Amino acid sequence: MPELSLLLPIKDHQSERRLFVGRVIFTSIGATLLLGFVVARLVQLQVFDHELFFEKSQGNRIRIEAVPPIRGLVFDRNGRVIAENLPAYQLELIPEQIEDIADTLNRLAAIDLIEFDDIPRLTELSRSSQQFKPLTLRFRLTDKEIANFAIQRPRFPGVDFQPRLVRHYPDGELFAHAVGYVGAISTADLQRLDTARYAGTSHTGKTGVENSYESDLHGDAGYRHVITNARGRQVPADTRELVDSLPADRVPGPGSNIYLSLDLDLQKVAFAALAGRRGAIVALDPWNGEILALVSTPSFDPNLFAVGMTRAQYAALRDNIDRPLFNRAVSGTYPPGSTIKPMLSLAALETGATNLTRKTVCIGYFRLPNDEHRYRDWKPEGHGAVDLHDAIEQSCDVYFYELSIKLGIDNMHDYLTRFGLGSATGLDVRGEGAGLVPSREWKRKNFSNRDDQRWYHGETVIASIGQGFMLATPLQLAAAVGTLATRGIRYRPHLVAAIEDPLTGIREWIQPERLDDVEISNDFYWQNVLDAMHDVMQGPRGTARAVGTGAPYKMAGKSGTSQIVSIAQDAQYDEDALAERLRDHALFIAFAPFDNPRIAVAVIVENGRSGSGVAAPIAKAVMDAYLGYGDNAIR
Amino acid sequence: MRLGDDRRILSSGTAPLSSFSELGHRLNVDGPLLGGLLLICGFGLFVLYSAAGENSRLLVNQAIRLGVALAVMLIVAQLPPDFLRRWTPWGYLAGLILLMLVLTKGDVGQGARRWLDIGIRFQPSEVMKLAVPMMAAWFLHDRQIPPRVGQLLIIAAFISVPTVLIARQPDLGTAVLVAASGVIVVVLAGMSFRLIAGLGLLAVPGALVLWNFMKDYQKQRVLTLLNPDSDPLGAGYNIIQSKIAIGSGGLFGKGWTNGSQAHLEFLPERHTDFIFAVLGEEFGLFGVLTLLALYMFVIGRGLYIAAQAPDTYSRLLAGTISLTFFVYVFVNTAMVTGLVPVVGVPLPLVSFGGTSMVTLMAGFGILMSIHSHRKLLPH
Repeated sequence: MPELSLLLPIKDHQSERRLFVGRVIFTSIGATLLLGFVVARLVQLQVFDHELFFEKSQGNRIRIEAVPPIRGLVFDRNGRVIAENLPAYQLELIPEQIEDIADTLNRLAAIDLIEFDDIPRLTELSRSSQQFKPLTLRFRLTDKEIANFAIQRPRFPGVDFQPRLVRHYPDGELFAHAVGYVGAISTADLQRLDTARYAGTSHTGKTGVENSYESDLHGDAGYRHVITNARGRQVPADTRELVDSLPADRVPGPGSNIYLSLDLDLQKVAFAALAGRRGAIVALDPWNGEILALVSTPSFDPNLFAVGMTRAQYAALRDNIDRPLFNRAVSGTYPPGSTIKPMLSLAALETGATNLTRKTVCIGYFRLPNDEHRYRDWKPEGHGAVDLHDAIEQSCDVYFYELSIKLGIDNMHDYLTRFGLGSATGLDVRGEGAGLVPSREWKRKNFSNRDDQRWYHGETVIASIGQGFMLATPLQLAAAVGTLATRGIRYRPHLVAAIEDPLTGIREWIQPERLDDVEISNDFYWQNVLDAMHDVMQGPRGTARAVGTGAPYKMAGKSGTSQIVSIAQDAQYDEDALAERLRDHALFIAFAPFDNPRIAVAVIVENGRSGSGVAAPIAKAVMDAYLGYGDNAIR
Repeated sequence: MRLGDDRRILSSGTAPLSSFSELGHRLNVDGPLLGGLLLICGFGLFVLYSAAGENSRLLVNQAIRLGVALAVMLIVAQLPPDFLRRWTPWGYLAGLILLMLVLTKGDVGQGARRWLDIGIRFQPSEVMKLAVPMMAAWFLHDRQIPPRVGQLLIIAAFISVPTVLIARQPDLGTAVLVAASGVIVVVLAGMSFRLIAGLGLLAVPGALVLWNFMKDYQKQRVLTLLNPDSDPLGAGYNIIQSKIAIGSGGLFGKGWTNGSQAHLEFLPERHTDFIFAVLGEEFGLFGVLTLLALYMFVIGRGLYIAAQAPDTYSRLLAGTISLTFFVYVFVNTAMVTGLVPVVGVPLPLVSFGGTSMVTLMAGFGILMSIHSHRKLLPH
């Protein structure tokens, strides 16, 4: 052909046309084949795999949406509300509906609905969360804020307020430590919680009863089937014709209501008695372990956590030098000081380390053989000749120093442990401190240096007045004084008295859990030690006689004043010169009425200087109120 | 021939039909072609209304675009093929200049530089869809076909320069279509099958070279095609949802505006590139085959016009325009059904969007011009 074209420069129209038509036919066949592939594919998808894809398209559009349950209420022992759920408006933002989230947040901050400091966090949240899911900016708006936003709403597409139930604690800081609080579910919570149960829940118990009884309070999530679009958003009702029939929904099961053993009025009295101090009070019924009042001060408003607070507010709480978030009553451990003397007395009597008539001459200090170190008595001039009763009543340290050497640290450890010191009481709320009752074995195990592993007599001596290594929580001391009041019968302390099914109203009462008794062979020993404790408050020379004398009922108690700094030998003890926070802690344990105990109380006032002077009046105020005396009598 | 017969029957029929036919003749309009196009456009608007969530504003918008495109078609139909041929090199040159302008000064949209604003905003790459086959046809017009290797190399240059420029915008879909239109010209011109087969074999290493030049998102599309389930929420999402939409439609579909995939927004790009899936979901296999039949009718009519054309330029151009239209249809439907990677090729005359529609209609205008001017040309 090339030769031909050279010879014939004029085009061969006929052959060109033939060639072209041939190519058109060829390409048409090719195109038909290609289209055949598409048609075959369509037949495969729409005929053979139709059922599969139809199922998939159905599954695509129906979404199961969790419906959160209503959280159970918390009542005091008399049915008064301590934690409830109130409707509140919260401010929400739907990321997918907003073009410029940073701009929207900035403008919201400009009208004081959110904080400028919060913008980076919220921006981050809006990016990481599902774009169709509302992101809560604020959990509770004030009426003024709602009114303000209502006017501005057109300026904020994608932002709106929604009614939700918000946890509310009507008494504010009164029960902050006992009942605790709920807070927004954190990423850490999510690892712990059953995501299916919490699918629709925004808050979970963080501390106290709210935390420890979370599984009772929360309830069971329900669900409903909703028709959703690709972004998971529920479609408006008018597109509902796409639905033929949806599977049945499940109504959420509300959380159980909880009745506490706490008494609202007694709690108020205790809280008021500690006002302005750092300290804790635990009052319980020694015959069943029910906690009647549990206070830790300073406190905080738990509603801040339920509603959500500003970063500045949270930082102020967290960094406050007085540590308001710290539950001193349950988690705080303090040297128990002389409050352990009645228990040591029983140990000494039982083991024969002393008897009821033996006397020691107190000259204001005690020296171990071959040791120059002087172990001071709190009374520099000494108590003179004292027997066990006197030593308890006047809190003579020297008597116990001497007794401790005969008793030995391991016996001390043994008996104090029987009273429940040195390990968590097993309260039904988490976060308990264990305290510490030292022993030779403990020291061997917990120190690495060989010299430190040895137990020294001097350590036994100071342990006898509850100093040194020894630590106890106010809750442990309350349980221990309760055990003194019952003469050895012990119950596990608990805060929850009953759990109520909100639908049937049936209450399941928590049965008191009796623990191993403290067995003392001779009841006379109990009588004598308790008599001495009575005289502490109402005897002629009792350390707290100023508090107990003249009261209309008989009571018993024991003061404790625990040093938190050691004083150099021969140095003048000058309290005023010590910084306020280095002053001695003031402790007091008490029970009443003396002959028929109904309440046992432990009080600690941090840096309160004097157990009998500062802590004892507080303990008495609580007992007065509970037993129905004075202006604050609870009934 | 049957279609021509039809027209003869129509023209000898009743008076109004005759006068319509006469009017069509005077306007250089090809009746069967126009009829097929109008049926596709009408069906398309019907589907679009549903795909766009029953948005009538969007529908009106598309109808206006269709009207403009039809007007352009009518205008182009008045230009004799000789006139077009004479101006072809200049049009091609202008297109190249515009493409270079785009790369330097174009407006950026969705990470690509495709738009040029010179009074009106348009995509110069669209011009090339017609300019490249016209240029190739112009080059072969005076030469004896089949073309020789040297001539093929020159044509290859005509094709590859704009293709590379478009691919660099980047706009892979259009680049593929432009290259395809050029290749179709030489195939129709009788390029030897041995050469075609040889080049087909060369395409394998060529594909590897191309792979290296591809942007990450383009590579992702290819990888996703091979295994869409590997990335169900990412790049594979489109294909998975599109297959669900089509498959769930079955034989007769879920009914107009009742497609849950489309109306609940599971199907992405449902009123643009993936509108074929909406059709499949709501009208089923029946509706899909109807549209494909309409397309084949239009393509067939175009190829008939090409076969009837009097000279090389007209033949090659008419054949190429028809087959390029087929490539559009094939690439889009194959992409939506998951047979080829997702390249941004709209379903011609049905997908929402204006620029490509004007080019398409201009192409059909050329077809009409070729058909209606053929008797005026010397043989």
